[in-house]
Amino acid sequence: MGKLTFSMGGVHPHDSKFASERPIEVLPLPPTVYVSMAQHLGAPAKPVVAVGDRVKVGQVLGEPGGFISAFIHSPASGTVKSIAPRKDLAGNPVMHVEIAVEGDEWDPSVDLSQDLVTAIPDDKAMILDRIKACGVVGLGGATFPTHVKLNPPPGKVAECLIINGSECEPYLTSDYRIMLERPKEIIVGAAIMQKVLGGCKCVVGIEENKPAAIATMQAAIAELGYPGITVQVLKKRYPQGGEKQLIDAVMKRQVKSGGLPIDVGAVVQNATTAFSVYEAVQKNKPLITNILTVTGDDLPAERQHNYLFRIGVPFSYIAEYAGGIPASAAKIVSGGPMMGKAMSNLDATTVKGSSSVLYLSEASTRRHPETNCIRCGKCADACPMGLEPFLLNRLYKSADLEALEKNAAQDCIECGCCLYSCPAHIPLLDHIRQAKGQVMGVIRARAAAAKAAAEAAKK
Amino acid sequence: MDKKYIVSPSPHIHANISTTSIMRDVIIALCPAILVSILAYGWAELLVLAVSVASCVLLEWAVTRWMLKKPSTIGDLSAVVTGLLLAMNLPSAIPLWIVFIGAVIAICVAKLPFGGIGQNVFNPAITGRVFLLISFPAQMTNWTPTRGFIQITDAVSGATPLSVLQETLKSGGTISQFMESNHYTMASLIWDIGASSGELSAGALLIGFAYLLIRRVVKPWIPVSILGTMALIAAIFHGINPELYTGAGFNLMTGGALLGALFMATDYVTSPMSTLGGVIYGIGIGLIVMMIRYFGAYPEGMSFAILLMNCTVPLLNMWFHQKKYGRA
Amino acid sequence: MTQTIIWTVAILTVLGLVLALILFWVARKFRVEEDPRIDEVEKVMPGANCGGCGFAGCRAFADAAVKATTLDNQYCPVGGDEVMQKVASILGFTVAKKAPQLAVVRCNGTCANRPRTNEYDGAQSCRVKAALYSGDTGCSYGCLGCGDCVAACQFGALSMDPETGLPVVDEEKCTACGACVKACPRHIIELRAKGPRGMREFVSCVNKDKGPVAKKACAAACIGCGLCAKTCQHGAITVTDNVAYIDFTKCKLCRECEAVCPTGAIHGVNFPKELDKDAVKKRIADRKAKAAEAAKAEAEKKEVANG
Repeated sequence: MGKLTFSMGGVHPHDSKFASERPIEVLPLPPTVYVSMAQHLGAPAKPVVAVGDRVKVGQVLGEPGGFISAFIHSPASGTVKSIAPRKDLAGNPVMHVEIAVEGDEWDPSVDLSQDLVTAIPDDKAMILDRIKACGVVGLGGATFPTHVKLNPPPGKVAECLIINGSECEPYLTSDYRIMLERPKEIIVGAAIMQKVLGGCKCVVGIEENKPAAIATMQAAIAELGYPGITVQVLKKRYPQGGEKQLIDAVMKRQVKSGGLPIDVGAVVQNATTAFSVYEAVQKNKPLITNILTVTGDDLPAERQHNYLFRIGVPFSYIAEYAGGIPASAAKIVSGGPMMGKAMSNLDATTVKGSSSVLYLSEASTRRHPETNCIRCGKCADACPMGLEPFLLNRLYKSADLEALEKNAAQDCIECGCCLYSCPAHIPLLDHIRQAKGQVMGVIRARAAAAKAAAEAAKK
Repeated sequence: MDKKYIVSPSPHIHANISTTSIMRDVIIALCPAILVSILAYGWAELLVLAVSVASCVLLEWAVTRWMLKKPSTIGDLSAVVTGLLLAMNLPSAIPLWIVFIGAVIAICVAKLPFGGIGQNVFNPAITGRVFLLISFPAQMTNWTPTRGFIQITDAVSGATPLSVLQETLKSGGTISQFMESNHYTMASLIWDIGASSGELSAGALLIGFAYLLIRRVVKPWIPVSILGTMALIAAIFHGINPELYTGAGFNLMTGGALLGALFMATDYVTSPMSTLGGVIYGIGIGLIVMMIRYFGAYPEGMSFAILLMNCTVPLLNMWFHQKKYGRA
Repeated sequence: MTQTIIWTVAILTVLGLVLALILFWVARKFRVEEDPRIDEVEKVMPGANCGGCGFAGCRAFADAAVKATTLDNQYCPVGGDEVMQKVASILGFTVAKKAPQLAVVRCNGTCANRPRTNEYDGAQSCRVKAALYSGDTGCSYGCLGCGDCVAACQFGALSMDPETGLPVVDEEKCTACGACVKACPRHIIELRAKGPRGMREFVSCVNKDKGPVAKKACAAACIGCGLCAKTCQHGAITVTDNVAYIDFTKCKLCRECEAVCPTGAIHGVNFPKELDKDAVKKRIADRKAKAAEAAKAEAEKKEVANG
């Protein structure tokens, strides 16, 4: 097969993968960690420890607060100092468990050995339980609980498991590094998920600008010899790693608006998630670590890093450990430059999905003053969902919810291509995100009303 | 944090592109054609260009500054593009005060009252040109060539090929007589036959358009559908009666067809945004041009065709949308 | 020549007559019977179509009023009592008088009181900003300063003060339609009674953080200390979630709360005299002393009675 890509839209931002040649280093623990109870998509977890409790590494701190929710484990051993709201990186209060770190004593159930375990357990239910109990969530950005994704609703059959190694966001190198350094674990993780999904085929999608990762992953697949796993080279194009775009690229199928990937027989998991699944199932190690890239504009090569960090470490600690915030930094982003979140509060702590500390310079990040739309249509050309951002922007301003829904504002994946490519510097995505929220509200209200009406009719 | 860091919604990086950079690309793309016309028509042409650009920019500045009391938009270079396109549609021997009137119509009637760049329904340069064509028909069709810096060819004639042709046909002549008496060959059509400055050299226009394509400023669908429709209709009629109807190649190379199709019909603001809409828009222009040329009172018709199709753009934008992901 | 004129006139006349007939027929055929009182009511309405009453516009309000059996559920905040009386007289209802109201901005996080901690660089819209993060100051409850309320106001009653970065309500122009209240994502703006001669007392803060946190973010924040609630003799002040609230239906405008507030979060406006804090504090102290004395005397009495 040749190089594949998704069928519409997309942009080609500058790659800027400055930290790609920096091996993963282990980040030491600070004296205090703050573990957020809202690290995943869905309901926040409920704390199950009390102030004064002594906890070990890997011990459960919070249990799921709903169906779409996840366990949260302690990243450190020590004493629980407080359980109180603390500001997250957007400055909004979120429940955090504060732990004063003492030593590094692991929960005895965790297998700390480094040997590769290739034998996959037979019991699917047991595998799913392990994944759930270890609090594994999608690490590609959305932090959707993995066990929910791996357990398709009855009647839906997974035909293809896609391991997302595209890492299409500029600057980020954490997926790339883990594919280079732990390829076998990723493949075992993929094979485990393949098994849970009933033995479907598995495709590892990697963008063409990572030849070393492609070669390493191919070698690992050949060596381990699991059936039905292949590497698919993808063209370099943002947002190749978007779930819907990846399915389009690899399977040539499109998920219907409002539908789920499983509707077209697809399950997409990030490469690092596959690694976490491996650790959870084969080593019983809960998700308390992830890889994070410290990178940015005008940062010398020796100050670019890829760290294996524990969740709950404050960003300010990481920044300091990595040599301080460069003077040229004008904006600090957690995540990629296209979809990441700008930090207003460096004291916020890392969560499961944290993937970077990114320093952007004034020149690369400052928005230009908005001017008149010149109707060039570049936003529509760039939209990977085939939407017309200029139109949605106009409809949002006139608060025409009906037309917004008709023009599919709710399909927006917030990839940022429209705002990226607008020559008039119109804050398209800022407005469309609002419009999407409003339309989703209308759709949900309608669904709820329909449900209520149906129930009333039953009675 | 002592330093106040920037916080904004994603995305945090932006393509290195702006309205100004796009307009700059268009100006660069027009340069070859402008160069050829200055060489061919000399100081007079240079003056027309200078007056047109200067009056467009000055008018835009003055109106935004004194009447609209808004920040000036001349920095985006769109007024320069309007000025250049207007000048390229005028004969070099035209009195300069008429050029100024054209600029007034383009900027103060077609552009700014609608809300400035991005809001105008009609292409400003064409509106200016059509106004002049109707108001000053004598001056606008006075194609007496001015003295150029180099003598390109003998074929630079006193009137545009299409108006000579119309005269010939009216007086009962045939196309072969016309071709013969004016020494037109296919080669001269491509490089150097006389008309308003912008229409002078098809080759120079195509080079400029290729630059726009490479820079991804415009997409080829609109010009291709305009020129394709024109060629198709011309081929059919020419096939029916070659002595009464001119052929495809002749029609594409004359009467501002290329300048219009490549640079004026592709104006972002006044063309549809979807690909399908653009194709329909192009076909419409092609049809109207050929109808005017074959059956109408005016020999050329490109400007009228574009203006007429400009009216349909809001409808085309409403009816034709991009193909959406996951929606059949 | 004459013939041409005659023909022209004749054709135009016939054409006119035919078209008139068609129009007449159409008007007849598609006529919608409407209660004439709707027009009458609409005439006395302010005609701003602001939606402040909860209906789509003045006509919708009139339509609903005509169909309704009582006017209790309808109120035009723009026209106020005057218009409601007129509407009631047309329809033969009676309406109770309502106190005129006014939009009040409950944030005093001026640039001086509330230092900026970061720089916002997104779309200038409070809604967008509020969805993104807690704002460019340490206070995650206060005004975001992008002027969504100003844009929502149809009466030009709101404007941003460039000095403070906060919206200012023009009391003359404000009609209490409530558009700004809906537009504000932080729920800072509240409709409050205009008060006698415009005098009113309100807590200009909605920060629910605990005292020290709120104080750190903004010098003029309500720290939820409860002094005002303890001082108030009319039971008008409640403190919930670390922030005080004055119930304007109970407030007697004595300004004691304003005098005791340690951060100046309580504002009194349009009072004829400047507040003499010391005098008021003395008055409170005297009253407390008296009360204590009385209590003491009471206790002694009891003691005497018991003893």
